[in-house]
Amino acid sequence: MENENKIRQTNSDIINEAAQSEYKYGFVTDVETHIIPKGLNEDVVRYISGYRNEPEWLLEFRLKAFRHWQTLKMPRWAHLNIPEIDYQDISYFAAPKTKSDGEAKEIDPEIKKTFDKLGIPLEEQMRLSGMAVDAVMDSSGVKTMYRERLAEMGIIFCSFSDAVKDYPDLVKKYLGKVVPYTDNFFAALNSAVFSDGSFVYIPKGVRCPMELSTYFRINASGTGQFERTLIVADDESYVSYLEGCTAPMRDENQLHAAIVEIIVEDRAEVKYSTVQNWYPGDKDGNGGIYNFVTKRGLCRGDYSKLSWTQVETGSAITWKYPSCVLKGDNSVGEFYSVALTNNYQQADTGTKMIHLGKNTRSTIVSKGISAGHSQNSYRGQVKVVASATNCRNYTQCDSLLLGSTCGAHTFPYIDCQNDSSVVEHEATTSKINEEQIFYCNQRGISTEDAVGLIVNGYAKEVMAKLPMEFAVEAQKLLSVSLEGSIG
Amino acid sequence: MLVIKDLHANIEGKEILKGINLTVRPGEVHAIMGPNGSGKSTLSSVLAGNPAFTVTGGSVEFYGKDLLAMAPEDRSHEGLFLSFQYPVEIPGVSMVNFMHAAINAKRKYFGQEPISASEFLKMKREKSALVQLDNKLASRSVNEGFSGGEKKRNEIYQMAMLEPRLSILDETDSGLDIDALRIVSEGVNKLKSANNATIVITHYQRLLDYIKPDFVHVLYKGRIVMSAGPELALELEEKGYDWIKQQVDNE
Repeated sequence: MENENKIRQTNSDIINEAAQSEYKYGFVTDVETHIIPKGLNEDVVRYISGYRNEPEWLLEFRLKAFRHWQTLKMPRWAHLNIPEIDYQDISYFAAPKTKSDGEAKEIDPEIKKTFDKLGIPLEEQMRLSGMAVDAVMDSSGVKTMYRERLAEMGIIFCSFSDAVKDYPDLVKKYLGKVVPYTDNFFAALNSAVFSDGSFVYIPKGVRCPMELSTYFRINASGTGQFERTLIVADDESYVSYLEGCTAPMRDENQLHAAIVEIIVEDRAEVKYSTVQNWYPGDKDGNGGIYNFVTKRGLCRGDYSKLSWTQVETGSAITWKYPSCVLKGDNSVGEFYSVALTNNYQQADTGTKMIHLGKNTRSTIVSKGISAGHSQNSYRGQVKVVASATNCRNYTQCDSLLLGSTCGAHTFPYIDCQNDSSVVEHEATTSKINEEQIFYCNQRGISTEDAVGLIVNGYAKEVMAKLPMEFAVEAQKLLSVSLEGSIG
Repeated sequence: MLVIKDLHANIEGKEILKGINLTVRPGEVHAIMGPNGSGKSTLSSVLAGNPAFTVTGGSVEFYGKDLLAMAPEDRSHEGLFLSFQYPVEIPGVSMVNFMHAAINAKRKYFGQEPISASEFLKMKREKSALVQLDNKLASRSVNEGFSGGEKKRNEIYQMAMLEPRLSILDETDSGLDIDALRIVSEGVNKLKSANNATIVITHYQRLLDYIKPDFVHVLYKGRIVMSAGPELALELEEKGYDWIKQQVDNE
């Protein structure tokens, strides 16, 4: 009889355990780091700009952003409990020291080892074909691969700081055009102190032959990461871009406030995929990354298309709404998201689809998975202006709960100003129940495996949108985050 | 293979099984009948290890091992199969993936390599033919949108795939029309051998026309109150349960 009790106990224990992630990327790289003292003022902004020998206009941009930021307060409208953040207690620049700061910089073997450990070998010949990677550690770009080969097709893929040096006109033309520094608190902060990130330009009529990818890594402690990514797809071009991120396990909370801007011209298409696995904090909610990110794309051209796919399993707190401004007639915006939270993680994430052009279409598929004591919110806005006739939006917003101590919330905002457009919203909430687990158990599948099977089944629709190689990784990540494995 | 001794179990503090004794040997078919609420489904749940029920006394031996000490998945690996009265829907998980996971879990338990894709497909084809299960169902989510008959045929298909030593069919006949009943029963009969056994839980004699029992037991108020040969089922069909109830209640 005790056995029966024990088994019952074990079953619920396994669900609890399954909801507790084992973070595999929590190590620290022992590398000499150039780090500036904590605090933020105009001198720091000038220092960051000066360190990279930036042109005067960029320094001006930063200073304007900084002055604007000083007038702002941190947004509190999200369904998040964000502790007070002392912005003067963060160092705004940290870069691994390189042996020579010259052109042909050798990569520090320790840094190379780090990226090897993360599964991102930095030698081109070691990579699986079909993917070019830009690696960023803390505030600094480490290496961009295949840069020359892509350049032959006119494709620019380099670190943001290189882009400022080598293509200042392009950067000046597009920087801040989709996400102005006045956009929000974190956008202003990023615009003032942003460091490295990636820059992509796909020329007219070119289909980028490989996946472009940036891997972000926070290493130094006491710092924040403020990267900036700018992607421009000129007329009739295509690119698929991937982003991955991890950080060491620390008791402190580290701030990550990035901006991604995308411009899509006539009949061009951009696919942007993220697997976000920042350190989520420990099982009691200590430490972890604050991920406050502004991502937005402008479908400027007619028949342009932008597709966001994200798998979010990391960060202590996530505040992120990858959005599409559908300005060109017949342009298309898509958002596919899986957001998994457990322990004491909090996520407030979703998208905005702003229909400005006629016959524009958008699709939103959001799958939230909550476990432990986490809170997981979907927040989405669909706006159709009066002149944007015959628009279509379809939103599907599902929540899956594991256990009874977590929360799932949905905040959809719909504003449709004409009557030739159709906006649809569907939402479901479900729970992995004991009967499902027992049914799997009876067929010989352990509880841990059953949870992995059910969660991956639930997220399948979004996973299918990820590029092949990434999908396998993401699937593993979902199971690992729930400490299970799929059959 | 199965020896149940004085088994007591409750759910949420309410005692349902009040001392079950039953022995099943290889090659046998046992039918368990009884009025509603007598504990028939509880017995099958407890044997399969459903955590909703608590065993409060007695023992169950399965091939010499203490069944009650085993996790539900290990009971499955050891060869116990339960055909659910209400098969559970698992959205998003395809039947193929589900069965593949189940078969490989069992192989792992016995230290075997995972099944090869071709072997799995061959097996799947053969076994689904046994219950005339539409191949299209394999790509659908587990039980999701299946008709009542499809769900029950799907249970027997899984039974065929897992090749259990003891199958418990919990009201497999409920919700089946006469054709589906015939198909399901034929499937069960084809799987019968001298090495495995079946416990059939049912309300009606009808199913026993197809699946011939060696023993018929009547469960009432959490106890087996009468055991006999197949003729007992016919008698119950004719007379109902009242005469047994009276007999027991008067004691």
